Amino acid sequence: MALQITQSCVNCWACVDVCPNDAIFEDKPHFLIDDGKCTECLGDHSVPQCAAICPIEMAIVNELGEFLNPPGSLTGIPIEKLKEFGLWREAA
Amino acid sequence: MELPVISNNAPAAEGGGCSSSGCGTAPDALSHLPDHIRAKVQDHPCYSEEAHHYFARMHVAVAPACNIQCNYCNRKYDCSNESRPGVVSELLTPDQAIKKVLAVAAEIPQMTVLGIAGPGDPLANPGRTFETFEQLSARAPDIKLCVSTNGLSLPQYVDEIAKHNIDHVTITINCVDPEVGAKIYPWIYWDNKRIFGIEGAKILIEQQQKGLQMLTERGILVKVNSVLIPGVNDEHLKEVSKIVKAKGAFLHNVMPLIAEPEHGTYYGIMEQPEPTPEMLQDLQDACAGDMAMMRHCRQCRADAVGLLGEDRGDEFTLDKIDVMDVDYEAAMVRRKVVHDEILEKLDAKRGIVKPKAEGIPEGSRPVLMAVAGKNGVVAEHFGHAKEFLIYEASPDGVRFISHRKTELYCGGMDSCGDGDVVDEGATESLLDRNIRVLEGCEVVLCSKIGYEPWGKLEAAGIAPNGEHAMEPIEDAVMAVYKEIAATGKLLPAAESLKVA
Repeated sequence: MALQITQSCVNCWACVDVCPNDAIFEDKPHFLIDDGKCTECLGDHSVPQCAAICPIEMAIVNELGEFLNPPGSLTGIPIEKLKEFGLWREAA
Repeated sequence: MELPVISNNAPAAEGGGCSSSGCGTAPDALSHLPDHIRAKVQDHPCYSEEAHHYFARMHVAVAPACNIQCNYCNRKYDCSNESRPGVVSELLTPDQAIKKVLAVAAEIPQMTVLGIAGPGDPLANPGRTFETFEQLSARAPDIKLCVSTNGLSLPQYVDEIAKHNIDHVTITINCVDPEVGAKIYPWIYWDNKRIFGIEGAKILIEQQQKGLQMLTERGILVKVNSVLIPGVNDEHLKEVSKIVKAKGAFLHNVMPLIAEPEHGTYYGIMEQPEPTPEMLQDLQDACAGDMAMMRHCRQCRADAVGLLGEDRGDEFTLDKIDVMDVDYEAAMVRRKVVHDEILEKLDAKRGIVKPKAEGIPEGSRPVLMAVAGKNGVVAEHFGHAKEFLIYEASPDGVRFISHRKTELYCGGMDSCGDGDVVDEGATESLLDRNIRVLEGCEVVLCSKIGYEPWGKLEAAGIAPNGEHAMEPIEDAVMAVYKEIAATGKLLPAAESLKVA
């Protein structure tokens, strides 16, 4: 089990610093998670740290492709506004 | 303490990169400070109104990560056309940052201050931030170091900040009430969890206040930045100003919210109104009784380089500094000479007394005037002015109020990337926008002005005036004020012309 970073990532480094497993590495066009190292923070923290600090909705997904931070969940911008501004996506 | 509004010994108009002259509030705005603190800020462009005409600053963008979300910020944007704080073009490693700082310091000897301000929160990037400071304090001891923070991690790093000889810290404090905070900060990252709403805001506020106190106890200078958000924290900021002053902040800088839909921020998308220049001025005036207010801030980017109001970042991109060969020991000698010359000049100017308003009838109302100025004189063509300097003339004299930018912060999604800000058909609206920017002003002083803007300004009730080209700004403003006074339009009888 491992999380993944999507194309929404803005390369802000926040997750790299808080990952207890050093599983996140710099890559182009965006950071990636080493699935051999990622434990989804089980045993270390109550929630996956990358998803807890990531400021960008839809940037982190689980193995099922589900967003850990779905559209609107971090900014509070209503879904209809996100759609209007082209900022909304179905699951990855 | 009550601070005098009018400065009688502001520096005379001359030199410097800022287009204004005395900027009115300087240097008396800092007069309540003990001498050792004044000595610390006299060459800091962001803290001393006086210094910003002569000394330059730079930011290095080594701190991308953030630990909170602000409703006026969007981490997605990295556009060269934007000049908002929090936006950068090129992220640097600490090593690259050192190289850049030394190159800039050698090239621009007036650069006295290096700040780390983002694009995220510097203290949410402790490794990158403190490595940069450590290397710099060793290699360039003649550069002042400062850091900006949202305050969440501040208490934790106060000792580290003191260790690196950082004697200036800016904390952004937008509220002291968690209920207000919940409308500004949707969440914080704290104790390995994301904490939303009032609970998160409460922790943030506690940490900010604790950090502020810890810093001032250690003799580290603290400036507080606040973003004025109409309907959210406008009235509340008066209380913030009182509290931060009581805890030892030496300067309060209230900045206007920037919220355009194209920035993709919560406030932008939700159409949160930005404050009008009048609202900002009223609030700054209301807080001014409580402490030194700063009015010359330009809300610069986290990678800005140069004097306030200019950005020479393009001259120092990574590829350019890579081929520069910097002998910093030699540069330090040159820098010392330049710094001493400037400080000597500033000292000499402190004794110069500004002309007072004479012959203005008692009870005359104040008048706002916009000036297209450069180096302290009325020098710019109306259409070329990137910013207008707003002055208020009254029987008490002339005082600087604020800068108002004429350029768009961002040309919108379509213009990103190619540098082509103004598209077809937008030219006219730019003129309209400039006229809207001048709202509340009755006169605009410039060196020259075209026929079309002349007519539009007059239609908007703003008198264009090109008769004082190349004159010192404050003299020109006073001269025009006297001309208006002579017509009898400033007395209560002319109530209909009252300025808002």
